[in-house]
Amino acid sequence: MDEKPSKLPAEIESTESVRTPHGPSSQSPLTARDPNTIHIPPEMAIAEDVRPEEVGYVRGTSLWRDAWRRLLKNKLAVFGLIVVALITIASIIGPTLIKRGLGFTPDYIPTDDIRLVKSFPPFTGPDGKFSWLHPMGTDNAGRDQFARVLQGGQISLFVGVISTLVSLLIGVSYGAIAGYLGGRVDNLMMRLVDVLYSLPYIIVVIVLLSMFRSQTPRGQLTLLFIALGSVSWLTMARIVRGQVLSLKNQEFVLAARATGVSVPRIIFRHLVPNTLGPVIVYATLTIPQIMLTEAFLSFLGFGVQAPLASWGSLAADGIQNIAIFPWQLIFPGVTMALTLFSLNFLGDGLRDALDPQMRTV
Amino acid sequence: MLRFIIRRLLVTIPTILVVISITWVLIKLAPGNFYSGEKKLPPAIEKNIRDKYGLDKPWYQQYGRTMWNILRHADFGTSLKYEGQSVNTIIARSLPVSASVGILAYILALIVGIAAGSIAALKQNSRWDYSSMALAMLGISVPNFVLGPILVLVFSLTLYWLPPSRWGGFPSRNLILPVLTLSAVYMAYIARLTRAGMLEVLRSDYIRTARAKGLSERDVVVRHALRGGLMPVISYTGPALAFLLTGTVVVERIFALPGLGNYFIQASLNRDEPLIIGIVAFIAITLLLMNLLVDIAYAFLDPRVRY
Repeated sequence: MDEKPSKLPAEIESTESVRTPHGPSSQSPLTARDPNTIHIPPEMAIAEDVRPEEVGYVRGTSLWRDAWRRLLKNKLAVFGLIVVALITIASIIGPTLIKRGLGFTPDYIPTDDIRLVKSFPPFTGPDGKFSWLHPMGTDNAGRDQFARVLQGGQISLFVGVISTLVSLLIGVSYGAIAGYLGGRVDNLMMRLVDVLYSLPYIIVVIVLLSMFRSQTPRGQLTLLFIALGSVSWLTMARIVRGQVLSLKNQEFVLAARATGVSVPRIIFRHLVPNTLGPVIVYATLTIPQIMLTEAFLSFLGFGVQAPLASWGSLAADGIQNIAIFPWQLIFPGVTMALTLFSLNFLGDGLRDALDPQMRTV
Repeated sequence: MLRFIIRRLLVTIPTILVVISITWVLIKLAPGNFYSGEKKLPPAIEKNIRDKYGLDKPWYQQYGRTMWNILRHADFGTSLKYEGQSVNTIIARSLPVSASVGILAYILALIVGIAAGSIAALKQNSRWDYSSMALAMLGISVPNFVLGPILVLVFSLTLYWLPPSRWGGFPSRNLILPVLTLSAVYMAYIARLTRAGMLEVLRSDYIRTARAKGLSERDVVVRHALRGGLMPVISYTGPALAFLLTGTVVVERIFALPGLGNYFIQASLNRDEPLIIGIVAFIAITLLLMNLLVDIAYAFLDPRVRY
């Protein structure tokens, strides 16, 4: 438990006491040269009260720096990180760049009837010859598939991130409260989680989304966030509760209680920040799952509504023409698979980096 | 043990009622009505419909009637869309389709997943290990609505080996592609779980003892290691069933199979209220009972588990 970033009781009273020099700092070459520099012990480096300029002097290895180093050693995780970053950047700025450079938006439908069939294969122009204009081809209406996939990525990633945040908010609060209060309350709260776990929630979500079908695409998107976020917090609650259970009997919590810190403040200022490691790991692994669920719902026609598109709804459009225009399905599908693949590798790598004990060998 | 089963059943029954009630409330809260469509109905017809389905009665009477019929007679009513067919008939007709795809997919996933996971664990850090784990990660990441159409594209539309869709009775070539599509994810999960479980067990003392007393490697693995190493796979059965259900919905959609999932989607789109409630209730009951069975099996397999 020593490597956990636990806060010292001193910090609770005032931020000034944090800057008290600690033992080994006098031997540090940095402080030897500059007597005004204050050594901050590694576990303090992430405490929010430490000012950035002070962190600059720290040469110790914090938990986070250590984890970052371990992550960079893991080739697959680095690969995942790079691919996720590239796809995210491309999705965010891609449609704008295409509009600036080539002059069409993702939902631009060409009006000139050059040919009856408007869906061109990848790298083919309307004349059937090679062209760089549509690297992923076009869809039934002649819209550029590349721009649509990028814009679909915006929605898919957005849904994944926001719904994960919703589930984080619910799961972390719920788990931390149950774990800290303990006893009857904990028992009752966790029983409820057990019951919810065994529910066919995706079925209920489909009923919810089909019954409350929103008139506006934005409304439907909001409904999707709420629906996805509110069904995926269960595992998070369990993880956070477990962490809080093991933390709540440590001295810093006792000290906080002794100095009269209120219960909500203990939970959210002292306990929750210490559970961040596992929470980050699990959140990274939740994003691909939520994206998959979103795609599944959009594929069935309950999720994102036109004119908005996500990878799931693009794939659903594509499957109609799989025999004739396979690229309409393959490009959104493969892009999505690549993103999920990378996110999963990144999540696994983060787990190994942040939680070395959990590593299977 | 018996006490455990009774206690679990006591939790299971209210849970099922809660699921049915949530569905009922969602349907009633939703704006509009099942008969309100594009065209406005003449008032006389609307009144007849409202009378027939008791829509003008207070909500607790409607709720009470629905629940009473379900609890007392196991009767979910008649479908609104498929005229003259009771919900029970539709479920009875579509269940064999879903069940055969689902069960076959799970068996296939168990066989391939356990084999791949064990090999990966026994030859840790070898080429076998890396390639099977990379494949497993691929299986987890490729959505089944992408995998399915790609399989169709390759095996049906290009090679003409297998039929691309439709139901062809129980043992038929039509089943191959849906089962493959559905099982890919579980195969991947089971392989990863088996590998993790086996790695942990292989380093435990009792395996060392088994080796020390001179058992052949095969006996060590098959009789000792697998038994302990497969515990995570068994506890995954519960979640797997839930995923299997959602997977079946997509697979039945892709391959146009007349299964429960497909009926459920149609019912949700058509707002076929009795059919929605019926299928949700059926799925909830199946899922909860299977979870109970898994827990009991767990207690039998692992002597350390005591309830």
